Amino acid sequence: MKYYDKLIFELSRPGRKGYELPKNEYGINECSIPAELRREASLDLPEVSELDVVRHYTNLSTKNFGVDTGFYPLGSCTMKYNPKINEEVSAMPQFNNIHPLQSEDSIQGALELYYNLQVALSNIAGFAEFTLNPYAGAHGELTGLMVMRQYHESRGDFKRTKVIIPNSAHGTNPASAMVAGLQVVEVKSKPNGSVDVEDLKPLLDDTIAGIMMTNPNTLGMFEVEIMEIAKLVHEAGGLLYYDGANLNPLLGKVRPGDMGFDIMHINIHKTFSTPHGGGGPGSGPVGVAEKLVDFLPNPRVKKNDEGRFYIDCGKDSLGSVSTFFGNFGVMLRAYAYILTLGKENLKNVGPMATLNANYIKECLKDDYLLPIDGVCKHEMVFDGLKDKSTGVTTLNIAKRLLDYGFHAPTIYFPLLFHESMMIEPTETESLETLDEFIEVMHKVAKEARETPDDVKNAPLTTLVRKLDETGAAKNPILNYKTLKANAQ
Amino acid sequence: MSNKFIPHTEEDIRFMLDRIGVKSIDDLYAEVPEEVKLKGDYNIPSAMSEIEIRKYFNELGSKNRQLTIFAGGGVYDHYSPSVIAHLLSRSEFYTAYTPYQPEISQGTLQYIFEYQSMISELNGMECTNASMYDGATATAEAMFMMVASAKKKNRVVISATVADRVINVVKTYAKFRGIDLTVAPEKDGITDFDAIKAELEAGDVAGVIVATPNKYGIVEDYTGYADTIHAAKGMLAINADPSALAVLRTPKEWGADIACGDGQSLGMPLCFGGPYLGYMSCSSATLRKMPGRVVGATKDADGKRAFVLTLQAREQHIRREKATSNICSNQSLMALYATIYMALMGKEGMKEVNRLSADGAHYLYNALLATGKFEPAFPGKPFLKEFVVKTSLDIKAVNKKLEENGIMGGLDLGNGMVAFAVTEKRTKAEIDRLITLMTEE
Repeated sequence: MKYYDKLIFELSRPGRKGYELPKNEYGINECSIPAELRREASLDLPEVSELDVVRHYTNLSTKNFGVDTGFYPLGSCTMKYNPKINEEVSAMPQFNNIHPLQSEDSIQGALELYYNLQVALSNIAGFAEFTLNPYAGAHGELTGLMVMRQYHESRGDFKRTKVIIPNSAHGTNPASAMVAGLQVVEVKSKPNGSVDVEDLKPLLDDTIAGIMMTNPNTLGMFEVEIMEIAKLVHEAGGLLYYDGANLNPLLGKVRPGDMGFDIMHINIHKTFSTPHGGGGPGSGPVGVAEKLVDFLPNPRVKKNDEGRFYIDCGKDSLGSVSTFFGNFGVMLRAYAYILTLGKENLKNVGPMATLNANYIKECLKDDYLLPIDGVCKHEMVFDGLKDKSTGVTTLNIAKRLLDYGFHAPTIYFPLLFHESMMIEPTETESLETLDEFIEVMHKVAKEARETPDDVKNAPLTTLVRKLDETGAAKNPILNYKTLKANAQ
Repeated sequence: MSNKFIPHTEEDIRFMLDRIGVKSIDDLYAEVPEEVKLKGDYNIPSAMSEIEIRKYFNELGSKNRQLTIFAGGGVYDHYSPSVIAHLLSRSEFYTAYTPYQPEISQGTLQYIFEYQSMISELNGMECTNASMYDGATATAEAMFMMVASAKKKNRVVISATVADRVINVVKTYAKFRGIDLTVAPEKDGITDFDAIKAELEAGDVAGVIVATPNKYGIVEDYTGYADTIHAAKGMLAINADPSALAVLRTPKEWGADIACGDGQSLGMPLCFGGPYLGYMSCSSATLRKMPGRVVGATKDADGKRAFVLTLQAREQHIRREKATSNICSNQSLMALYATIYMALMGKEGMKEVNRLSADGAHYLYNALLATGKFEPAFPGKPFLKEFVVKTSLDIKAVNKKLEENGIMGGLDLGNGMVAFAVTEKRTKAEIDRLITLMTEE
C-alpha cells in the first residue's frame, strides 16, 4: 500500500461536484425562509468528483487494520470474524427502506425479526425477556441499572442508592452507575481477580441496589463463588447485574440467568459477531428476569395469540432510552449469525474460544509473566515480560507486534498489574494463526533480550510511527479549518 | 466441532488439549459449579446454510412493505448515493476496532477528523466529537454538559417544540441522573419565549434546549435567546437537522453553546430506526465537558501529519465514575457514512437537496390547501421539508387507503393535524397521486 496523505478538503476544486439530482419541476420561485432565518456563513464543504471520493476513501481504508486484515488478539473485545452473509442480509432493501413510524401492518417482518432475536437471546442467556433498544454495551449497562432502580422504587424503596462494583471492573461500569444516579461502592478483588466475598459481606445493607459483575472476570477466570455471592446479594434485597462483555466463553456451557443474575446486557458486536465498525454501531440488548420485565424501556415488541406482532408501551416502564427500536441493522446481522450456527454449533463457540485462550497461555508463559495460573476462560492477562531486566514495557511489545502484522493486545488493563497485557483469541482463529502469533511473541521476547532498542522504538514499519499524543491534547486541532489556520 | 466459523478439527483439539495438559474440553470448565452448567441444548432453530439464510430473510423481508414515503418525524427519506454503500463495504473499515492503536488505524482516525470538520462546518461550532448513538441521546448528553458546566445549577429547560421522541429520552436520562427538567410550553407551533424568560428568572437554570426545524417542521426565530440565556448564566443548546443547516441559520449564528441532533438526514437509510448517528458539537470553551471520542491532528516521530484520539482524560476508561459520560463507543461507521455523503454532495449539493425537498414540500402544501380539505395548522410559519396541516378528513382511514396504494401518508398528530415531509426522492407525479388518493370521493 502506498503512503497517501491527503484530506478530502485538499482535493477540492471550485465548481467540481460528486452528485446529480433530478430536475426541479415544481416551478416554485422563491424560498419561503425569510433572510434572517437563513445561513449567512459560507459552506466550505469539499467540491470533488465521484472518482475523487471513491479513490480517497479506498486509499484511507488501506491505512486501517481490521479482522479481515489479520489476527486481532484484543482482550475483552472479542474480535471474532464478521461473516459476510450478515452484511448482505443487513443491506436488504426490504429492511433498509422501512420507516420506523410505518403502520404495524406494514412492518410485520421487522417486528418479527426483533421478536425472534429477543426470544433467542433470552433462551441463550437464561432470561425472561430482552430489550434490543440500547445502542451499545455502555448504553445497555445504563439501561440495566435504570431497570434496577425502577424495580426498587416501584416497591417504594428509595434508600437503595448504591451499587457495588469490583475494583477490577471495566471503566464503563462505574461511569454507567454515575449516569444512572447510583453511587459506586468498590468491592476488593482477590489476587486472582475474583470478588472477595469476605470484603463483600459488610457492604451488603439496605442502601445497596445491587452489584455489577462480569463472569468470567477481567482476568479471564470464572467466579467460582458466584452462587454464594448471588445468595448474599439477594438476601440483602439487592439485584445482580451481569456485564456481558465476557459472555463468549460461556456459550454452550453456562447461562448468566442460571447463575442468579437478574439483569444483563449483551455486547452483540462481541459475542454475536457483528462488526465493530471502527467504534460502532454496536448493540447492547438488556435481558431481565421475569419480575423485571415490566420495567424494560419502551417500546417493546410483542406477539399476540394470532401470531401478529405489535408495539407495546408499558406504563411501568422506566421510559425510553432510544428514539426508536435501537440499531436494527445490527440485529439483522446477529440473527443471521445465530441461525447460521444454530443450536448444533452455537454451543461450541464458548469451548473453542476457551481452548484457544488456554493454548496461547500455556505456550507463552515461559517468556511472559503469568501472575495467575490455572485454567482461564476466553482470555488471559500477562504482567509483561518475565525478564524485567530488559526495560522493555508492555507498550513496547504492543507496538512491536504491529510491525509483525498483528494487532496489539489490550494493554494496561486491568489495573491489577503494572504491565497488564490482555489477550483474547476468540474461537474463529485456527491453530496455525495462534502458532504464528505465539512464534512472534517469542521472537519479540528474544529481541527484548538481544536488541531491545528495536522493541523500544517500535513500530518501525507502519505507515506512521509513534505519534505526539501529548501535543495533540495540549493544543487540540479538531478540524480542517484549525489545521489550515495553524499551517499558515 | 468444525463449522465454517469454527476451524478446529478433532486433531487440532487433541493436540491443543495435550499442550494445555488437560484431557477434555470439559476439563477446561472443571471449576464451574455443576449446578450452573447448561444441561441440554439451546432452544433455538437448527443451523442453516447460506442458501437457507437467504431464503429465510427474503421471506421475512417480504412481510415488510416498502412504501413511497411522505412522513418525517425526525427520519427523512433522503437519497443515499450508490458510492456510499460500496465504500462502507471495505472491510478494513467495518472490521476494525476503535482506533486505540493509531499507527494502524489512520484510515478510521482520518475519516473521523473529516467528519468532525464537516459537521463543524455545517453548524459553525468549533468542536465536534466522533459521534454519539442518536439524536435523542446526544440531546440528553447536551443536558449533562450544561449541568456539568454550570455551578450548582441542576435545572434544564427544554422547549415543547423539540420532537416528542427526543424529549422522552431526555426525560428518562434526567429522571435517573437527578436533573430537574422543565418542558417549556409552545405557542402557535413555536417556543414560548416569554415562558422561557420566566423560567430563567428563578436563577437555577443551567441551560435551555430548542430545535431547528422544530417538531412541526417550523424554522423558529431564536433572536434574543442566546443573550437572554447567557445573561442568566445559562447555556443554549440547539437540536438541529444537520442537512437543513446547509441553508438555515446555524447554531453558532444563533449564539448557541452546544449543537446536537440526529445525522440520519445525511443520506442514511431508514432501516427501521437505526443505525443512524447522533452528532454533538460545542464551543471551545465547553470542549472539556464534551462526552465521547474526539480525534485531533498531530505528527509522528518522523514529522508526518497523522491523527489520534485525543483529550481522553475526560473519558470513562480513565476517569471511571468521574467521567463526563459513560459513552465508550461512537457510531463510527455511520460517521463514515455521513462523511462520504457530505463529500459527494459538497458545497452545492447540500443546498440543492434542501431546495428540491423544500420546493416539493411547498408544492404539496399549496396543493393540499387548494383542495379546500386542508388548512394551515400554523399559518405563516416558515418551513423547509416538513409541515403540518389540519383537516376534517378521517386521517386513519386516509392513511390506510394510501398504504393500500403503496404510500406512507403524513403522520397523524391527533386533533386533525397531519405532518407531511417531502424529500428530493419524491416526484411531482408522486405528490399529485398522493393528493388525488387523499381527496377523491
